[in-house]
Amino acid sequence: MAEERVGVYICHCGHNIAGTVDVEAVAEWAADLPNVEVSRHYEFMCSSLGQELVEEDIKTLGLTRVVVAACSPHMHERTFRGACERAGLNPYLFEMANIREHASWVHAVDKEGATEKAKALVSAAVHRVVHHTPLETMKVPVEPTTMVVGGGIAGIQAALELADAGYKVIMVEREPSIGGHMAQLDKTFPTLDCSACILTPKMFDVGAHPNITMLTYSEVEAVEGYVGNFVVTVRQKARKVITDKCTGCGTCWEKCPIRVVDDVYEAGLGYRKAIYRPFPQAVPKYPVIDVESCTYYKTGKCRACQMFCPTEAIDFDQQDEVVDYKVGNVILATGYEQFDARRIPEYGYGRLANVFTSLEFERMVNATGPTGGKIMLRDGVTEPESVAIIHCVGSRDRRYNQYCSAVCCMYSLKFAHLVKERTGAEVYNFYMDIRTPAKGYEEFYHRLLEEGVRFVRGRVAKVTDAARGPGEEGKLIIQCEDTLIGKQRRIPVDMVVLSAGMEPRHDAEEIGHLFGISCSVDGFFIERHPKLDPMATMTDGIYVAGVCQGPKDIPATVAQGAGAAARVLGVISQGEVALEPIRAEIDEEHCSGCRICNTMCPYSAIDYIEELQVSRVNPALCKGCGTCVAACPSQVITGAHYSYDQVMAQIDGILIDVNRPVTAEAEVAAD
Amino acid sequence: MSNQNGNTKPKLALYWASSCGGCEISVLAIHEKILDVAAAFDIVFWPCVMDFKVKDVEALADGEIDVCLFNGAIRNDENAEMAHLLRRKSKIMVAYGSCSMEGCIPGLANFTSRDAMMQFIYHNSPSTDNPDGVEPDPDWAFPEGPAPLPKFWNTVKTLDQVVPVEYYLPGCPPEAEWTETLVMAAAAALAGEGELPPPGSVIGNKDTVCDECPRTKNEKKIKRFYRPYEIVPDPDTCLLEQGIFCAGYATRSGCGALCPQVNMGCRGCYGPNEGVDDHGARLITGLASVLDAKTDEEVDAILDTLPDPAGYFYRFGLAHSMLHRTDVAHAPKRDGN
Ligand SMILES: Cc1cc2nc3c(=O)[nH]c(=O)nc-3n(C[C@H](O)[C@H](O)[C@H](O)COP(=O)(O)OP(=O)(O)OC[C@H]3O[C@@H](n4cnc5c(N)ncnc54)[C@H](O)[C@@H]3O)c2cc1C
Repeated sequence: MAEERVGVYICHCGHNIAGTVDVEAVAEWAADLPNVEVSRHYEFMCSSLGQELVEEDIKTLGLTRVVVAACSPHMHERTFRGACERAGLNPYLFEMANIREHASWVHAVDKEGATEKAKALVSAAVHRVVHHTPLETMKVPVEPTTMVVGGGIAGIQAALELADAGYKVIMVEREPSIGGHMAQLDKTFPTLDCSACILTPKMFDVGAHPNITMLTYSEVEAVEGYVGNFVVTVRQKARKVITDKCTGCGTCWEKCPIRVVDDVYEAGLGYRKAIYRPFPQAVPKYPVIDVESCTYYKTGKCRACQMFCPTEAIDFDQQDEVVDYKVGNVILATGYEQFDARRIPEYGYGRLANVFTSLEFERMVNATGPTGGKIMLRDGVTEPESVAIIHCVGSRDRRYNQYCSAVCCMYSLKFAHLVKERTGAEVYNFYMDIRTPAKGYEEFYHRLLEEGVRFVRGRVAKVTDAARGPGEEGKLIIQCEDTLIGKQRRIPVDMVVLSAGMEPRHDAEEIGHLFGISCSVDGFFIERHPKLDPMATMTDGIYVAGVCQGPKDIPATVAQGAGAAARVLGVISQGEVALEPIRAEIDEEHCSGCRICNTMCPYSAIDYIEELQVSRVNPALCKGCGTCVAACPSQVITGAHYSYDQVMAQIDGILIDVNRPVTAEAEVAAD
Repeated sequence: MSNQNGNTKPKLALYWASSCGGCEISVLAIHEKILDVAAAFDIVFWPCVMDFKVKDVEALADGEIDVCLFNGAIRNDENAEMAHLLRRKSKIMVAYGSCSMEGCIPGLANFTSRDAMMQFIYHNSPSTDNPDGVEPDPDWAFPEGPAPLPKFWNTVKTLDQVVPVEYYLPGCPPEAEWTETLVMAAAAALAGEGELPPPGSVIGNKDTVCDECPRTKNEKKIKRFYRPYEIVPDPDTCLLEQGIFCAGYATRSGCGALCPQVNMGCRGCYGPNEGVDDHGARLITGLASVLDAKTDEEVDAILDTLPDPAGYFYRFGLAHSMLHRTDVAHAPKRDGN
């Protein structure tokens, strides 16, 4: 250890680091640290020239350890490990000090302090790196089958890309049919092509594709393993319908006497039966029995569906099936939920009959929807003479969600157009800003301006039915400050549509936990890098696509779905993946078999060997989280790359300006 | 002095610094073997048992003592002076017992300060009767001349924090068999008939008490702790699993798991097992790992059943732990003090 030769490289990162940290001073100071052979600073260490600098020094100066002080290791650890490897140095003999996120960015106002902190971080890395040992990555074969969770347009796109490329896909969809939100839409902006017309062929392809196993009415219960080798447990809920016999003829739901409000597909605007197929183009075509509503499950009587089924396909006793699937990669495409407009009581949804949500409105204008595509008030007969569309409901609002839901401006414009097209009604759009930043979107906005739609700029204060004058009686009055003319306005209308934004699935956190990924503050899944790696996550082998990663429209969703599939194809075509060699190991000779670690492992990677009275880590299951390393009371569990010596040396190194323990001499001197 | 063969016998010294005296007694616990020791060594200094004076030690040449068994922590100037003197005169310095090795009970004083202790002992303790407010004065002088007292340190030190040490003999007190092993090994080595372990070694086992403990160990989930009088423990199952605090899981073995075998949780007097620096830290991390709690409130509720955690976790190892005091003399001055 004493004879290690360490190279230290301080990155300017343009102005990102050098603008705050005195990089020259840090480099000069680091040259005097123990074992440091050379200490340099350079404009961009990640550039090919920066990397070559490291490679050159390894070869000519015989460096045995390398420290780069730059950005986060999430960003460039791989880069510099690669440089070391190219120069013949084991990549794990490298250590990165993060002096950007941890120093220059967070202490921008305190240049001196930031420089001192950078020194401490560099010192920590130098002290640590001499304790590093060469590690070899473990290569494991990749199971070529991929699981796609969520059968909205994101999941559909990803599944078809993979299946068309010749690989097996298992698609897991929670609802009885795939399709997601897109299946509920009528027309899609900005081209106004019919959503079903472009979606159903893709749905059909998924159902019929020889490479796709479609598990609808199913949910993931457990996930084990790691990239290339996951085992996912899926519960397929009992449909109570034998799909091999069912022809999808529809007799069962015609005969079923129980009508239920359809909160999912019809967004609460229409009804379905207790045995139902969510919509005519559903894939698969088989119905399910909703056991909560079905009379048979309450009283043991009825059985209408069973009696009339021509193929004897109804099976009341059918049970859930729980099956394990081995997959190499997973794409999460679980989409979104709509913001619950009831949470803004001043807008009256749920209290004032003629206030609708945007999804209700989508169903209303849909030819297959509850009104057959007619725009009418809640009474089911009256056509509105005026319609108000309120933007940003639950979005861009600190009380609810700070983010912009990205699609509401465009679909609100789409709604305005449809109202104009189908009725003679006056349409008002209440907006804060009109956001139309994509191909053909701004043109669509201009088209609407020409169609005579009215735009009022301002956040609506409230929607009320309390009339103040004769013109307002029997109407819904929109109270709003028109910020363009600087006046309070009250505009009476017959119908209000709330353009409620998108929110993460209520169970996004749990699903993320199941797959080992996290959610950001606003609740959407976190991607590996917001710009450069938006479909991967921090967990190898888990990818994200569609709105589950953040609000976006269909074109962006499709692009991300295809992108995620491309990333997975990359892994599959390599045939094997290298696993980080960072995992725990138990020194069995010195393990006393106290069994304290046994219940700690989140991956169940620790077994107790009864005959030897010792515990043992299964290296294939261990993810190197370090929980057992910390727990072991006799310190005989070591985490590779996080050994006791390495961590203690790092701490020692970082405490450069901290008081040392009192020595006996100091004790005497203090008297 | 010489033995029957006419050779000079190796010289042995024993000394006690800040300790309770138990270590002295433990030396005698080797029973009749003490005669072998006496036969093998010339005892040149053992103030507890024989009438030697410091000047007798001072009269010896440097390095003339072959083995010095030094028990007790370093708590005042006199302890330190004797440690330095004996170090200079001895070839092999042994930190004998928990006090000199880790600080033990005297080391618990490092949770407070000298001033606070003086205040309590000489003024505030309920049993103190000190109407004149007398305190020990290190510079005391009689009319006939000065009679200084050793200066009391603010921080209790282990022997190896004051002078270099060759071997460590853990235990409060050490078990007789290890004392015997060490002394006889030293005698043999000095006679050229064997080798001593490498300097820095701890004389004892390397693993933990669990290794020697015959109780059955299962996966652990602790819902609450019991003090010994609150429960009749099952004689065959791990005590910790039954909620009795037992430090065995993080304590060096070598005692033969004496306490757990009589239904008492291990106190941890042998210190941490081989390779571990901070006994208390390991006791805490191990225990924290097996609490059966999901929320902070549940954790608090379980820990409420464990009185005096600092005393449980650092009873023996505080002076030697990583919870050093910072260098008071050089600490940055904060506002107000
Ligand atoms: C009113 C409205 C109108 C819109 N109009 C347009 C438009 O005109 N043009 C446009 O480009 N965009 C429009 N959008 C946006 C569009 O809906 C989305 O961009 C698109 O549907 C996102 O698709 P997705 O696959 O990511 O999510 P989703 O459509 O939400 O699909 C997710 C799927 O995953 C399933 N799922 C969820 N959780 C699980 C789980 N744990 N296990 C298994 N399956 C699960 C769900 O059941 C669902 O089928 C509109 C949005 C709204 C609210």
